[in-house]
Amino acid sequence: MSEHIVPVKVYVSIFLALMVGTAVTVLAAFQDFPGALNVIVAMTIAVVKATLVVLYFMHVRYSARLIWVIVASALFWMGILFALTFSDYWTRGWL
Amino acid sequence: METFVPPVPSRINYINAQYGLKSWLLTKDHKRIALLYLGSISFFFFIGGLYAMAIRLELLTPQADLLQSTTYNKVFTQHGIIMVFFFLIPSIPATLGNFLVPMMIGAKDLAFPRINLLSWYIYMLGGIVTIYALLAGGVDTGWTFYTPFSTTFSNSYVVATGLGIFINGFSSILTGLNFIVTIHTMRAPGMTWFRLPLFIWAHYATSLIMILGTPVIAITILLLAFERVAHIGIFDPAVGGDPVLFQHLFWFYSHPAVYIMVLPGMGIISELIANFSRKNIFGYSFVAFSSLAIAVFGFLVWGHHLFVASQSVYAGMIFSFLSFAVAIPSAIKVFNWTATLYKASISYDTPMLYALGFIGLFTIGGMTGLFLAALAVDVHLSDTYFVVAHFHYIMVGGTLLAYLGGLHYWWPKITGRMYPEGWGRFSALVVFIGFNLTFLPQFILGYMGMPRRYHVYPAEFQVLHVLSTAGASILGVGLLIPLFYLMWSMRYGKVAPGNPWHLPGLEWRTQSPPPTENFDYTPVVTWEAYEFAPPEETEVVGKFHDKVPEKA
Amino acid sequence: MAESYVEHEASHPALQHHFENLEQQREAGTLGMWVFLVTEIMFFGGMFLAYTLYRSKFPEAFAIASNHLDIKLGAINTAVLILSSFTMAMAVYSTQVGKLRAQIIYLVLTIVLGLAFLGIKGVEYHEKYVDHLIPGTLIPGNPFNPDPHAMHLTQGVLMQHVQMFYWIYFAMTGMHALHMIIGVGLLSVILYFSVKGRYSPEYHNPVEVAGLYWHFVDIVWIFLFPLLYLLGRHLGGH
Ligand code: HEM
Ligand SMILES: [Cu+2]
Repeated sequence: MSEHIVPVKVYVSIFLALMVGTAVTVLAAFQDFPGALNVIVAMTIAVVKATLVVLYFMHVRYSARLIWVIVASALFWMGILFALTFSDYWTRGWL
Repeated sequence: METFVPPVPSRINYINAQYGLKSWLLTKDHKRIALLYLGSISFFFFIGGLYAMAIRLELLTPQADLLQSTTYNKVFTQHGIIMVFFFLIPSIPATLGNFLVPMMIGAKDLAFPRINLLSWYIYMLGGIVTIYALLAGGVDTGWTFYTPFSTTFSNSYVVATGLGIFINGFSSILTGLNFIVTIHTMRAPGMTWFRLPLFIWAHYATSLIMILGTPVIAITILLLAFERVAHIGIFDPAVGGDPVLFQHLFWFYSHPAVYIMVLPGMGIISELIANFSRKNIFGYSFVAFSSLAIAVFGFLVWGHHLFVASQSVYAGMIFSFLSFAVAIPSAIKVFNWTATLYKASISYDTPMLYALGFIGLFTIGGMTGLFLAALAVDVHLSDTYFVVAHFHYIMVGGTLLAYLGGLHYWWPKITGRMYPEGWGRFSALVVFIGFNLTFLPQFILGYMGMPRRYHVYPAEFQVLHVLSTAGASILGVGLLIPLFYLMWSMRYGKVAPGNPWHLPGLEWRTQSPPPTENFDYTPVVTWEAYEFAPPEETEVVGKFHDKVPEKA
Repeated sequence: MAESYVEHEASHPALQHHFENLEQQREAGTLGMWVFLVTEIMFFGGMFLAYTLYRSKFPEAFAIASNHLDIKLGAINTAVLILSSFTMAMAVYSTQVGKLRAQIIYLVLTIVLGLAFLGIKGVEYHEKYVDHLIPGTLIPGNPFNPDPHAMHLTQGVLMQHVQMFYWIYFAMTGMHALHMIIGVGLLSVILYFSVKGRYSPEYHNPVEVAGLYWHFVDIVWIFLFPLLYLLGRHLGGH
């Protein structure tokens, strides 16, 4: 299992994409979208940016499956923390 | 491949390879670090035990005679903190785990020896900070640090104690990290996942909880400490904060943490049951995967500690249901252990006595957990001695017994000396009797309505309390006996051969005590876990010589 | 009993005694860092949870408080950090292909950008200090006491809830800044050894692993920036 060397071109493109993402998220923040759309847009952009960093800068795209599992499990456990805590807060008013 | 030539036993081993204090304090050898941990957790166990004695003595009578309320609050708090964070959580992983994980998988050391040593120093630093807090004036919040009492009202040393626990958490994280990486990357050739001893599976599962849960308690305690300093924070109702959020975050770690305490114990029990029955464990893969299942499901049930803490009843229902589900993997283990015993040729040596004790006591502890997880029943039992009895059945009856069993079992490997078997069996019996006498009455007390954390109680309860204190004294004696004979045996015990129990595990295929690099050559594994060699090929001395092991 | 043993290979000077070969050592190092990053995710997770809870409880107060953060400095800092992630990736790349001069230059750039981020953060913190926006009595003698007019408090929004936002803001950005400081320290050590010529195409796991940490810290900020700075802008800040 020898390592994969990512070409410079890829790094540059990812860098540019991240910069564009930052600009878009700032611009979008000043638009008044209906409902919760502002939050959704901001978080989608953040997730895309983070994914790019993880896949390319951190080489996960080229890594062993174990690394994928580790990343996924971190997100899964965050999910548990959020989901079960909010199963309390969201349902407190129901009674 | 050549045929097996046993390596000439060199007299150099990890203990006499180097001399002097420095060679211990700067060692990177996982076996020496395990001994450093062994010494320090024994110290903390002793301190925790002193607090326990104070509690039991005070509870002899219905009035407050020995301790006043404020002192009593501090004593039970400090007992809990020391026992949970400085004894039970590191107990098995940091000592036996540290010693055995590399040996059982055929590695020379853990993946990060320096980080391993660092984890011990962090543990000691956390311990010293905590001891400082106790000496400076102590802490009275209960080991659970519930807000807003801990943030706003308590005027004891909450910040310093919290800091000690925060620091200590990193030692646990580093141990878990080291184990996970070691088990993934350092297995000897031929040591596939399904040839791993179940002790390793249990430690792998434990490590998952350590790395996923501990950071959450770390940030929670840190926020609590800052909140105390800044007089405002996320748990503070005065700024719209919710104290129950603290309980969510605390138990997100602390329920899984009870599995940090008991899973390694289950790993030991799997070893003991299989090896002292001289049989492969019944349903190896079920036992292995149930450890992982516990690690995952253990994170889904924390809300059963909040049933009466203003948690939404809907969340209560979810958590109650999930708590019942988490009992399944534990039950699988119990069934598989008992099935292994069926028709086996069992040797009742000291470690096995502890293992059998574990099965019974853990079952009682787990079943009473289910009582508590039933919503309506918990309304009655929450915050009573029933809860106290429940978790002591698991933490003492389970983890502590497993730890003692494991310590005896591997003692010849660790020290190169046998412990005295007669004394061993005797004290195992004393511990078992003492333990039950201490904690069985507490189930009844709790059911009758004796609240926990009180030292003044109605006179009707006195008989049961006296019984409990009597049991605790017997238990204390039962724990002191091994302390003496184990120390005695280090010098005067019978010299142990490399494989005193005649077992197939890798840790037994090297000299006792092992050399610094564990094996003279990297072993190549060609056998399954718990595959017992046909008797004629095993050198027969001592223990099992009149028993014919079953063919695997 | 059939058993056999494997022999040791001839070894690289950086190979530690308990590993069989450099490949195994590298695998362990990388895996170790990833496992560590999982703990970091959970560490920040607790604070993200508190953020989500209180933002959903006090949306107006959070929007108002957020509008008082300096969006320009926040955006600049985001760019600085992304650029530093890029230079970090390039430092790893340069090591992998054996361009050792470029490696040193990129490492220095990364450290400088990291320090720039911290400097800008310091300026922001100072503004908050001047406006008495540091929550509670965290800074003795300068308790939380902002001017309600300057904050544009609207009807029914409580100053306590604004304070809650600032508590979370300082907890999260403070923890993030602490991680930046540790990262800068880590990279300085790496820089020291790379100047001494320790890393090569065969052996560069420490550079890689430090890079993983650095990118992680960047990712945390990628989330903090929109969550803390941008959430109330569309309601018309200033
Ligand atoms: C396996 C090892 C276990 C350990 C080490 C353990 C430990 C503990 C501890 C320490 C507490 C008391 C917490 C406090 O200070 O308030 C506790 C309470 C509780 N345990 Fe367990 N437990 C275990 C298993 C279980 C299981 C399997 C269940 C149920 C399925 C369970 C259900 C409960 C419940 C519901 C409480 C809360 C009681 C109350 O406060 O009302 N436990 N346990
Ligand atoms: Cu629990």
